[in-house]
Amino acid sequence: MNNRILIALLVAVVALAAPWIFYPVFLMKALCFALFACAFNLLLGYAGLMSFGHAMFFGMAAYFFGHTVKVWDWPVEFGLVAGVLGAAALGLVTGALAIRRQGIYFAMITLAFAQMVYFLCVQMPFTGGEDGLQGIPRKPLLFGLIPTENDYGLYYVVLAIFLFGYAAIYRFIHSPFGQVLKAIRDNEQRALSLGYEADRYKLLAFVLSAAVAGLAGATKAMVVHFATLTDVSAGTSGEVVLMALIGGLGTITGPVIGAFVVIAMQDYLAFVGQLVLVIQGVIFVVIVLGARRGLVGELSAWWKARRRPG
Amino acid sequence: MFDLIGISPQALFGQLLLGLINGAFYAMLSLGLAVIFGMLNVINFTHGAQYMMGAFAAWLLLGLLGIPFWVSLVLAPIIVGAFGVLLERLMLKRLYHLDHLYGFLLTFGLALVIEGSFQWKWGSSGAPYENPIPGGVNLGFMFMPYYRGFVVVAAAVICLATWYGIERTRLGGYLRAATENPTLVRAFGINVPRLITLTYGLGVGLAALAGVLAAPIQQVSALMGTNIVLVVFAVVVIGGMGSIMGSIVTGFGLGLVEGFTKVCYPPASNTVIFVVMALVLLIKPAGLFGQTK
Repeated sequence: MNNRILIALLVAVVALAAPWIFYPVFLMKALCFALFACAFNLLLGYAGLMSFGHAMFFGMAAYFFGHTVKVWDWPVEFGLVAGVLGAAALGLVTGALAIRRQGIYFAMITLAFAQMVYFLCVQMPFTGGEDGLQGIPRKPLLFGLIPTENDYGLYYVVLAIFLFGYAAIYRFIHSPFGQVLKAIRDNEQRALSLGYEADRYKLLAFVLSAAVAGLAGATKAMVVHFATLTDVSAGTSGEVVLMALIGGLGTITGPVIGAFVVIAMQDYLAFVGQLVLVIQGVIFVVIVLGARRGLVGELSAWWKARRRPG
Repeated sequence: MFDLIGISPQALFGQLLLGLINGAFYAMLSLGLAVIFGMLNVINFTHGAQYMMGAFAAWLLLGLLGIPFWVSLVLAPIIVGAFGVLLERLMLKRLYHLDHLYGFLLTFGLALVIEGSFQWKWGSSGAPYENPIPGGVNLGFMFMPYYRGFVVVAAAVICLATWYGIERTRLGGYLRAATENPTLVRAFGINVPRLITLTYGLGVGLAALAGVLAAPIQQVSALMGTNIVLVVFAVVVIGGMGSIMGSIVTGFGLGLVEGFTKVCYPPASNTVIFVVMALVLLIKPAGLFGQTK
């Protein structure tokens, strides 16, 4: 138990000191994607539903945030709420349809809906089409109490948003509701016969996951000042799957680590250009064939195996 | 009648022909997906990349060796199909005992690798492929380029031949039996793993064949398969993967729907197939030709 407190303290110190060691915008981007990956993983790990279209929530929330804050001149807080609610509403509509099929069909349906949203974003005037929504201003938060112009100040805001989202997911998983969800994942027929309305639980999990993905997307738009078609594209949907896969599908810390790995790869391997996609593809193949538990899963399995004989 | 809805017959039939051509590609690709899924229980995300490889194979055969279109029509699917067999032997076969999702993830990764490499080598802008049958004929109500007519007829023939092969021949019978109950079929002395490999090669070959047919119509480019494969997934959800004929009919039908939308309300033509998918999910979740399971 002492070990755990020590690790928690260490993580806290690293998280607080990080912007003085690494480039703060990189850290903020990574935190946004980490939250996004956690949202995706909530659905996969605890409801057994693999969404291949999560970019639609991430990207649409970014657009909602950008539009409300830039064009309608809303305060940032309301912009974030608009992003979250918009993503949740989109999740409600697409989720209600997608959960009508299971397994691999669910993945294909979410992928198809995301593609539809992508095409809509290309055409609708409010997204700015190919140019995207640029020059979203950063405004001070909480009636001007917290400045965000400065990257260091904003880092702590983003860290707080990440922790809030992460805590929400943690609460959700460890609530009675989360337990029912796990029961449905493991044996839907049995949960049904016990009187749980499986579809309603799955839908709520879907909406929640969409909302957290939306929070991540809106926050990312705040950090980088723009929202573009890339955020809603199938590539981003694939990337979030990769993050969860690298870290470990269904583990609670895995997606965070996976997100940092993928974002670092994009930043530090930018010089290889298109080959980043090839590298990502190779990682997919290697993990699926050789290390399906991901970094966190494989490490903890190795740790357990090491400790057993001793 | 045409004056009433304010559309010239030229435009209407022209778009319907384009729709029919798109439908031909949807049908061929969803057919391949359905055949592969039936046997391997894997949704082949690489399908779009293999379609692209078919077009590239034809383009390279012409450019490097001067091999004409008609020979490529046979050669390219064999080359790409052989590549598919290799993939199945080396990678896919390790995943059959796992959840379907892993096959999906593996083929997604492979698609990234293949498309990324082609993009890296040849760039993302396309290269033209010379039309093997130039010219066309005026049918009175519309102008019909020979090659486009040929594509529709060829695709229909290929689809029907595949249907016949699977539903009416002995080998097809083994295939269907092995889909139902592989252990039992194995007990009768039939080499099921080889049958699976063959099926994957066949499905990949079909995708490549569609790619060769598409080469003279579209630009040959590394990303020509990325969008079409997503649309084909929607087609597969709409049709359900239970029936071969169902895939063919759904593919052609949705192409026509898309063409018709392009005439009536062009902005919706990109999204209409996804709207149809949403409607089908509402009314008949298992798909038009699918069995509820």
